[in-house]
Amino acid sequence: MARPIVIVGASLAGLRAAQALRGAGHEDEVVVVGAEERLPYTRPPLSKELLAGAQEPEHCALPSEKVDVEWRLGTRATGLDLERREVLLGDERLGYGKLLIATGARPRHWPGEPLDLDGVFMLRDLDDALALRAAFAERPRLAVVGAGFIGCEVAATARKLGLDVTLIDVAHQPMTALGPAVGERCAAMHRAHGVELRLGVGVDGFEGAGRLEAVRLADGTRVEADVAVVALGAIPNTEWLADSGLELQPGVVCDATLAARDAPDVFCAGDAAAWPHPMADGALIRIEHWTNAAEQGAAAARNLLAAPEERTPYAAVPYFWSDQYDVKIQSVGLPARAERVTVLEASPEGDRLVLGCERAGRLVAAIGFNAARRLAFYRGRLAAMPPFDELVAAVRADEKALGDPAVIAA
Amino acid sequence: MTKVHVDMNLCQSHGECAYVAPEIFELGDDDVLRWKEEVDPSLRDKAVEAADVCPMLAITVED
Repeated sequence: MARPIVIVGASLAGLRAAQALRGAGHEDEVVVVGAEERLPYTRPPLSKELLAGAQEPEHCALPSEKVDVEWRLGTRATGLDLERREVLLGDERLGYGKLLIATGARPRHWPGEPLDLDGVFMLRDLDDALALRAAFAERPRLAVVGAGFIGCEVAATARKLGLDVTLIDVAHQPMTALGPAVGERCAAMHRAHGVELRLGVGVDGFEGAGRLEAVRLADGTRVEADVAVVALGAIPNTEWLADSGLELQPGVVCDATLAARDAPDVFCAGDAAAWPHPMADGALIRIEHWTNAAEQGAAAARNLLAAPEERTPYAAVPYFWSDQYDVKIQSVGLPARAERVTVLEASPEGDRLVLGCERAGRLVAAIGFNAARRLAFYRGRLAAMPPFDELVAAVRADEKALGDPAVIAA
Repeated sequence: MTKVHVDMNLCQSHGECAYVAPEIFELGDDDVLRWKEEVDPSLRDKAVEAADVCPMLAITVED
């Protein structure tokens, strides 16, 4: 009997891969292995609507019941034998004809002494979010350690619920991945909503006897808190591949078509994939956002079915967003590569704006604050990374740009 | 005709659909989504692509 296509990872990328295999007419067996007990669900609401109590777990379910595959849930992959083409599931070996790795990422743990205090949380899966939501119902004083995407969204949700919130980061601005111009605006936004910001100061440790009492900062001060959320970014779930022979950085190193380098019939998608992107001059990038997981899952599956010469490079312009209070921050392109970030458009009230990210004189990303309809203008141009001055001229000439074109990027 | 439905209780105006299928979807100046509820079957794949990229899973397509 022919060996199945095995997808390791039963979240968004894995599900979209399975759907793409069936959509492309693949009729043979497909097995999807997932560490969590649940069928695939969408994670963005976990730090927002679900945490706030406005949505329940069933609202987060992804439509997976119509996908005709074998689900092996609650099953963690522990190793990969490339030679025998087998995925190790503890003591079991699962043979594959072709393999698609979509094991995603998990939150980075607090690097200090292990924490066994009640009241300290991390946020990745639905159970984490439900536990944190239950803790929020006790009206705790909240300390958020790490002011990146998750930390900022949790802080915003907690403020909406009326909790006292302190947001802590060793960086001098929140959302540091998007640069200081965005970070300053985010800081002002959180302050305006009553968040206590402790920026530019590290965390030394967590205090309490059995239960959290305070977060101790590097400057000697203490932030008294009943609940802390540790939100220090994510690391890809690739340890199970450490002895496989696959090149890890720590994402699985792939070629432009999402095929693992030097391993035939192995593909990767989503947070765990590192692949060369033309907008990064061919450097490997790894993206931990919803749209990348969704699109890459499908793209990797189509390439998995295709003959090598018919595979398509995955070169989509990355998109991600963050919702904080009444502001939707959206990004297209690769803002992490920016050397300079400039406001290109702003509404007269200043509540809607677009920032352009520049590297070596070219546009590499655009970031919008409540400017959804303007982003298509940039997105269509981004793949070609136009010279920044040409881009500015095009914005000035666009009658639909926000605000007064005469003052754009003046 | 192919029917395109958007659950406006879910839509958060990401604009992904309008980007991949401008023939069907458009964000107005107010950032509120407008779309064609019935489209020619030749646009079905575009509509499905839009549904796939919608981060809110707000779009459904029916033949």
